[in-house]
Amino acid sequence: MDLAYSPEEEVFRARLREWLAKALPSLPPKPSPDDWPGRRAYDLGWQRTLYDAGYADVHWDASPTTRLIFLEETERAGAPYVGANFVGLLHAGPTIAAEGTAEQRARWLPPILRGEEVWCQGFSEPDAGSDLASLRTRARRDGDAYVVSGSKLWTSHAEVADWCELLVRTDGEAPKHRGISWLAMPMDAPGVTVRPLRTLAGSTEFAEMFLDEVRVPVANRVGAENDGWRVTMVTLSFERGTAFVGEVVACRRVLVEVAREARANGAWDDSGVRRRLGRLNAEFRALWRLTQWNVSEGEASGGVPGVGGSVFKLRYSRARQELYELAAEVLGAGALDLGCGWVLDRLSSLSYTIAAGTSEIQRNIVGERILGLPKG
Amino acid sequence: MRFRLTEDQRVLKSGFREVLARRFRTEELRGAVDGSGGLDRRLWRELGEVGLFSLRLAEDEGGVGLGVPEAVLVFEEAGRALLPGPLVATHLAAGVVPGAATGETVVTAVGGGGLVEWLDEADVVTGDAAGAVPLRSVDPATPLHRVPGGGSSVRPDDLFVLLTAAEQVGTAARTCEAAVQHARTREQFGRPIGSFQAVKHLCAELLVRVEVARVAVYAAAVTVDPVDIAAARLLADEAAVRGARDSLQVHGGSGFTWEADVHLCLKRAWVRAERGGSITESEELLAGELLVEAG
Ligand SMILES: Cc1cc2nc3c(=O)[nH]c(=O)nc-3n(C[C@H](O)[C@H](O)[C@H](O)COP(=O)(O)OP(=O)(O)OC[C@H]3O[C@@H](n4cnc5c(N)ncnc54)[C@H](O)[C@@H]3O)c2cc1C
Repeated sequence: MDLAYSPEEEVFRARLREWLAKALPSLPPKPSPDDWPGRRAYDLGWQRTLYDAGYADVHWDASPTTRLIFLEETERAGAPYVGANFVGLLHAGPTIAAEGTAEQRARWLPPILRGEEVWCQGFSEPDAGSDLASLRTRARRDGDAYVVSGSKLWTSHAEVADWCELLVRTDGEAPKHRGISWLAMPMDAPGVTVRPLRTLAGSTEFAEMFLDEVRVPVANRVGAENDGWRVTMVTLSFERGTAFVGEVVACRRVLVEVAREARANGAWDDSGVRRRLGRLNAEFRALWRLTQWNVSEGEASGGVPGVGGSVFKLRYSRARQELYELAAEVLGAGALDLGCGWVLDRLSSLSYTIAAGTSEIQRNIVGERILGLPKG
Repeated sequence: MRFRLTEDQRVLKSGFREVLARRFRTEELRGAVDGSGGLDRRLWRELGEVGLFSLRLAEDEGGVGLGVPEAVLVFEEAGRALLPGPLVATHLAAGVVPGAATGETVVTAVGGGGLVEWLDEADVVTGDAAGAVPLRSVDPATPLHRVPGGGSSVRPDDLFVLLTAAEQVGTAARTCEAAVQHARTREQFGRPIGSFQAVKHLCAELLVRVEVARVAVYAAAVTVDPVDIAAARLLADEAAVRGARDSLQVHGGSGFTWEADVHLCLKRAWVRAERGGSITESEELLAGELLVEAG
C-alpha cells in the first residue's frame, strides 16, 4: 500500500507539466457556452494538440496510473476538459476498444484520438430513462443495413456529434434485456433530426433526437446482435467508473477558491462556514483517495472497471452539490447573479445525481450487485 | 503508485481476523459486556503474543518491525471484533512502557474530552489523570473516567487519532455486514426486507460510507499527514456512528434490544468519536489548509 509514484511515472508527470506550461498560453479564447460550433472546434482543437504531443490516447492505452497523473496535472494546470469529446474519449471509444472488431477499432478510434470526430450517446428515450432496457427505438434488418426508427432524449452534444452510440431493439419478441443491440450511427444519415432542448441553466447542453427510417450498416454493430445489453454494461462501467475522476481535482480547486472568497468577504469568520469547508475538504480528499484506490485495483485486475464506480458516483455527485451550496452561501446575494461563474456551476451540479444513472439507481446497483440484496 | 493491499498486508489482516474469530467470539464479547471478569488479562497477553502491541517496534527491540499501514489494518480488525480495552494506548506505549509490547502491562491514556478508558484496570496511564472521576459508561464494555476540565486542553496525538479511526472503520464494516445479513434473511410481506428500496438504499449508503472512510484511513496511514488524519477521523466517525444508527433501523425492533450487537457498535463508536478529540478542531484544521492553499 503506497501512494508514491514510480520514477517513470514521475518523469511522465514532470514532462507533462512542462509541456502544459508551454501549450496552455497559446490556447484560443474559450467560446461562449451556447456557441456549439465554437465549442466543438475548441474541444477538438485541444484534443488535436494532445494528439500532436503524444498524449491523445492517455485515456485508453496508458496505464491507469498514468491516466490519473494526466487528469491530475491537466486539471491542476487549468487545461480544457474533454468537453465535446466526453463520450468518444471516455466511454464510446473504450467500449469499441474492448468490444469492437479490428476493423471497427481501426475505423473509429483514430479519429477520436486525432480530434476529428465527436460522439454522442443515444441511450435514453422518453419512456426509457432509469429503466433503460425498456427502450423502444426499433431496428429492422434490411439487407446489410438496419432501418432504425424511434426517438431519443437528453442526448448531450447531439448538435455537434458525428457519431452516436445508439441502443436499438433488434428483437421485439425477446425479453427486454435480450433484444437490444449497440450501433454506431452516423449523425448525418438521412432521417436523423436533432432538436436542442434548453436546460435549467439556460444552455442547450442536450437534445431530443428523432430517427425516421435511418439506415445504419449492419457492420456498425458493436458486439453480437441482441447482445447489446451486455455491451451497454461495459459502456456504463466506463461512464461511471472513470469518467469523473478528473473533476474531483477541479472541485478541490473550487473549494480553495470558495475559502479565498470567504476570507475576502468575511464569511470565514462564521465558524459554521469554516466547519463545512473543512468537511468538504475531507470529502474531496477522500474521493481522490478512492480514485487512487480504484485505479490501483483496476491496474491489478486489468481492463473494464467494476461496479465500484457506483460507490464513487453516489458520493461524488452529492459532494459536488454540497460544494456549490456552500459556495452560494458564501457569496450571499452574489449567488443570484448569473454573471458569477459559480452560479452556472451550481445549476449544472444539479444534474450529477441524475445523469449517467440517478442516485437511486446507483443505490440499487450497490445494494444488489455489490451487497447481494434481492431485487425488488 | 500501488494504493492497494500487498499480499503480505492481506495475509496479516486476514490472519489477525482469524485469531480474533477464534479467541474473541460472541461469548467473550458478551462476557466483556457483562463486565464480569474485568479486562481479560490472558487475552491481553495473547494479543501481545500475536504482535498487536509490538507491531511497529523494531525487530531488534523484540517487535515485528512493521509500519503504520499495517497497524491500521490490524486495528481495523480489532474494531470489527469490538475488542475491548485500551488497545491503542497500549500499542502506542510499546517500547516506551516496559511490558506494554508483550501485553504484560496494560496502558491507558487520557484521550479527547479528558476521557480515560479502563483506568482502574490499567497499570500505567499516559497523560495526567489526576482527579479523574468515574462515569457510568454508556458503553458497557468500556469503563470510563473523566478528568474534570481536561476536555478542551487535551489534544490526542495524531497516531492515537488515526488508530482510533481505523477501529471505527472496522466497526462500521461490521454494522454494514450485519445490516445486509439481516436484510437478506428477515422477511416481511412475503419477501426479504432487503428487496424493499428504502431498506436497500440504507444498506447501500452504509457501504459507501465504509468505503470512503476506509480509503481515507489507509491513505492517512501512508502519509501520516495531520490533515489527512483529520479527514480520516471525520469520515471514520461518521461511518461508524451513522452506520450503527442505520443498521439499527434496518434491524427494526430486534435492533433495539440488548441482545443485538448493534447498540454495542454504536456505543463504542460514540466513545471512540470522543476519544479522537474535538471534531470541530479537525474541521478547522481542514479548513485552514484551504486558506493556506488560497495563498
Ligand atoms: C445533463 C444530462 C445529460 C444527459 N445526457 C445523456 C446522454 O448524452 N445520453 C443519454 O442517453 N442520456 C442522457 N441523460 C439521461 C439520463 O441518463 C437520464 O435522465 C437518467 O438515466 C434518468 O432517467 P429519466 O430522466 O427518464 O428519469 P426517470 O427514470 O423517470 O426517473 C425519475 C425519478 O424516479 C426515480 N426512479 C426511477 N426508477 C427508479 C427505481 N427503479 N427505483 C428508485 N427510483 C427510481 C429516479 O431516481 C428519479 O428520481 C442525461 C441527463 C442529464 C440530466
